[in-house]
Amino acid sequence: MSGPLIRLEDITKTYQMGDVELHALRSVSLIIEARELVAIMGASGSGKSTLMNIIGCLDRPTSGRYFLADREVSRLGRNELAEVRNHTLGFVFQSFNLLSRTSAVENVELPLIYAGVPARERRRRAAAALTRVGLGSRLSHHPSQLSGGQQQRVAIARALVNEPEVILADEPTGNLDTRTSIEVMAIFQELQRSGITVVLVTHEPDIAAFADRVIVMRDGQVLSDGHHAAIAARPAAAVPVPA
Amino acid sequence: MNVLQTMLLALRAILRNKMRSFLTTLGIVIGVAAVIAMVAIGQGAKARVEEAFASMGSSLLIVMSGTTTSGGAQGGYGSLPTLTWDDLRAIQREVPAVRWAAPALRVGAQVISDEQNWTTSVTGTTPDFFAIRDWSVTRGVPLTESDIESGAKVAVVGQTVAEKLYGRGADPTGQLVRIKNVPFQIIGQLAKKGQSPMGQDYDDAVFVPVSTFRSKLQGGLKNYLTGVIMVGAISADSTARAERQIASLLRDRHHLLAGADDDFSIRNLTEMANAQAQGTKTLTSLLAAIAAVSLLVGGIGIMNIMLVSVTERTREIGLRMAVGAKPRNILAQFLVEATTLSLLGGLIGVTLGVVIALEVARRFGWAMIVSPGIMLLAVGFSALVGIGFGMYPASKASRLDPIDALRYE
Repeated sequence: MSGPLIRLEDITKTYQMGDVELHALRSVSLIIEARELVAIMGASGSGKSTLMNIIGCLDRPTSGRYFLADREVSRLGRNELAEVRNHTLGFVFQSFNLLSRTSAVENVELPLIYAGVPARERRRRAAAALTRVGLGSRLSHHPSQLSGGQQQRVAIARALVNEPEVILADEPTGNLDTRTSIEVMAIFQELQRSGITVVLVTHEPDIAAFADRVIVMRDGQVLSDGHHAAIAARPAAAVPVPA
Repeated sequence: MNVLQTMLLALRAILRNKMRSFLTTLGIVIGVAAVIAMVAIGQGAKARVEEAFASMGSSLLIVMSGTTTSGGAQGGYGSLPTLTWDDLRAIQREVPAVRWAAPALRVGAQVISDEQNWTTSVTGTTPDFFAIRDWSVTRGVPLTESDIESGAKVAVVGQTVAEKLYGRGADPTGQLVRIKNVPFQIIGQLAKKGQSPMGQDYDDAVFVPVSTFRSKLQGGLKNYLTGVIMVGAISADSTARAERQIASLLRDRHHLLAGADDDFSIRNLTEMANAQAQGTKTLTSLLAAIAAVSLLVGGIGIMNIMLVSVTERTREIGLRMAVGAKPRNILAQFLVEATTLSLLGGLIGVTLGVVIALEVARRFGWAMIVSPGIMLLAVGFSALVGIGFGMYPASKASRLDPIDALRYE
C-alpha cells in the first residue's frame, strides 16, 4: 500500500430537510494512517457520526473523494460498498447490535457468512475471535445470558473476525460502566498493537484519552486534530487485557 | 451465501416465532387442505358417475312407447304401446347409426329353484341385448339366436339371482327353475355388472329368449311390443345422430304429421351421462375456485406478517448490511422465509386435505380420488403464493438504508 489507509478529500455531506439544507459535513479533509488509534469527539450535531458513517462506507458523501486502502470508495454502488464493509471494515456499536436468541459464536460468524466462508472454517474462526477477546468459554451463550461488557466483547469479536484493516466503534463504551469501559478500551489498544487501525467516536474525554490522536469536530468541520503526547504517559495502556 | 444457508436461516427465523408462524401459515394450510379435499370429493363423484354410466353401455339409447291419456290422467311413457315389432326390425335394418337393437320385455316374477325362491325382474330379449350392454357370461353359455327361434325354455341369470338361489359361489348352470310355473333351464350366469346410476342392482335379473317370454310368461299384444327397445349406436359419439334418425324413422312409420307430438320417446343415456359428468366437473371447478380464494387470503396473511417481521427486524437488517450483506442477500433471506412458510403450510395442508378426504370417504362412504397431480399443484401453488406475496416485503427490506435501519427504534 503506497498511500495512507484512509484519505478524505473535501468531503461534504448535505441533508435536505424540507426547504432547509443541513450541512452535516463542510469540506472535511483527513488522513488516517494504518495502525492508528483515533478518537473523534464533538458535541451532538457536530458531524462526528456522519463522518463515521462515511468512513464506514455506510453512507456516501455529497461531494469530495474518499480513498480507503488506495481505492476510491466514495462513488461505489451498494453491492460494492457491502463488500468493502465485509472485507475491510469492522463495526462496533454503542448498543452492541447482537442478534438476540442467537449464540455468541453464531453472532460472530455473521460477517463470514456473507463473505462465503464454509461452515466449518467459519465456526473455527469465530471461536478464535471470541477467545481473543476473552470469551472462549462462552461460545454458545446467548446475548441475554451475557453482561454488557461481555456483549460488547462479542461485538468486537464480530468486528475483527474477518480480519479487517479498520475497526470503527461508535460510542463503544456508551452503555458500559467505567470498569468495563476500561477493559473494552484495553482490547482496542491490543487490536491496534496487532496492526488494526481503530477509529472510535466518543464524547467522553476519559475514553478519548486512550487514543493516541484526537479529532474534535464542530459544525461539520474539524476543529482540532492532535496527537497529544500526554497519552503515552498515562497508565491506561498498562491495563491488562482480560484473558 | 448459498441457498441452503438461506433456507436454514429462514427456518430458524420461523421456528423463533412458532405461534406466529403457525397462525400465519394457517391460511395456507386451510386453503390447500380445502383444495385437496374438494377436488378429491369432486373427482370421486365424477368417477362414480362415469363408472355407473359406463356399466350401462357406452352408446346406449332406449326407445319407449308413447303415453295414454284417460280421463285427464296421463299414463306416462310406455303406458300406450305404440312401438311394433316391425318398428324394431325397421330400426335394425334402416337406421345407419344403429349397430344393434334388441327388445326388452320385462315382468316381475318369482323364480323358484329346488330349495329357494327369489322375486326378481325377468326380461325377455335377444342376444343383441348383451352386445349393447357389453355384458358376457362367466359361466355356461349366453342366449343364442337359435334359442330365440326355437322358443327354448332357457334362462341366463345375474349374479345376485344366482347367489340368492344357490348360495355364494355355487354354479347355477344346468339347474332347473320355475318361473310362473314354467320350467326353465339355467344355461349361463352373467358377469357382475354393479349398480345403475340410481342405485338399482343390475345383477338382480333373469333373462330369457323374447319368444319364450311372449309365449310362456306374458302374452301381450300381438303386433305391439310391450316393452322397450334397447339400441346400441355404432359409436359413443353417434348416439345423438342415432337418436335423430330413429325419431324420424318412427315418425314416418307412425304417420305423424309435422307439428304433432312424438308418440314414443327416446332416452339418450350417453348424453345424460355426459351432462351429469359435466355437472360434476362444474361443481368441482367451483369448489376448487372457492378453495383457491382461501389460498389467496392465506397469501395476504403471509405478506402481512412478513411486513411486520421486516419492520420488527429493521435493526437486524441494518446490522446484516453493516457487516457485509448485499441487498440481494436480504431479499433472498425474506423471500425464502416467506416461501418456506407457505411451502410448509402447503405440505401440512396436503396432509390435512388427504386425511379429511379419507375420513369423509370412510365415514360417509363417498368415493374419493386423491391424485398426486393435484397435490403437486397445491404445493407448487402455495410456494408461488409465498414468492408472490413475499416479494414486496422482501424487496422493502432489501431497499432499506443501512444507517436508517441501524438507527431504527
